[in-house]
Amino acid sequence: MATTKKQIMPKWFYLMASPKGCYQITGKLLPTFSVLSILLLAIGLVWALLFAPQDYQQGNSFRIIYIHVPAAILAQSIYFTMAIAGAIAIVWNMKVADMVAYSCAPIGASMALIALFTGAIWGKPTWGTWWEWDARLTSMLILLFLYFGVMALYSAMDKPETAGKAAAILSIVGLVNIPIIKYSVDWWNTLHQSATFKLTEKPAMPAEMWLPLLIMVLGFYCFFAVNLMMRLRNEILRREKRASWIKDVIN
Amino acid sequence: MQFESLTQFFYMGGHGLYVWLSFALTFIVLALNVLQPWLDKKSILVTHRKRMQRESIKK
Repeated sequence: MATTKKQIMPKWFYLMASPKGCYQITGKLLPTFSVLSILLLAIGLVWALLFAPQDYQQGNSFRIIYIHVPAAILAQSIYFTMAIAGAIAIVWNMKVADMVAYSCAPIGASMALIALFTGAIWGKPTWGTWWEWDARLTSMLILLFLYFGVMALYSAMDKPETAGKAAAILSIVGLVNIPIIKYSVDWWNTLHQSATFKLTEKPAMPAEMWLPLLIMVLGFYCFFAVNLMMRLRNEILRREKRASWIKDVIN
Repeated sequence: MQFESLTQFFYMGGHGLYVWLSFALTFIVLALNVLQPWLDKKSILVTHRKRMQRESIKK
């Protein structure tokens, strides 16, 4: 079959859009990202726990930052990814994009959960309380509930196509929460300190503190990539069970 | 190295409980995140193989 339609996007884009091509490409990327995430997380962990200096006010409880901040950044980035993938799935009716959105939800929920409980544990020695209903903490809790909502929608409906549409609309509407989380520390009086990393300014902490943090953030991003690909590949196997190429994968 | 002995490392200047609790819970959540799709893949492959066997017997 000859197609006369002009291809405007690069070739890999069309490959990624087909379940088979996506399964093959992620299969090739998976080992590299696995090694990368293990390396980065191992280096970051040893650096954060053993070599980074303690904070002059908070002492060693400051080390919680090395998981709290990466998890919080990831929780928001994953939400963004999920909403964009959902939008692509609706607009271009792309199956793989919906599977990406579906696979993002549990990882994002885990990250939001990590950010919340490490924050609570950190809050106890630093603020004297586990929890406070202030803007940053509450908007982060809403993010966790949005993830739960998306997951519930997917599991409530039998047809993945209908579930995907409903979940995508919820995640796009929920996007409004992302800037609220980001600016909550500037707009309202809050216990929470402002951002550690800003794109426009140098970090307020010395390099021996923020370098391991940067490594942990990169490690968490790689972990997300690995986890997303694992879940995405499972979902492709599940939904494409009638496709002929699946037989070669199984045998 | 910030700590002079192993006891000091675990004690974390009095913040040991908070630091270790955070890191341990995070490790558990991340480990579950890897374990779940890994087990899922195994069960998907088993179901697919069984289905394909059934279908090949029918023919």
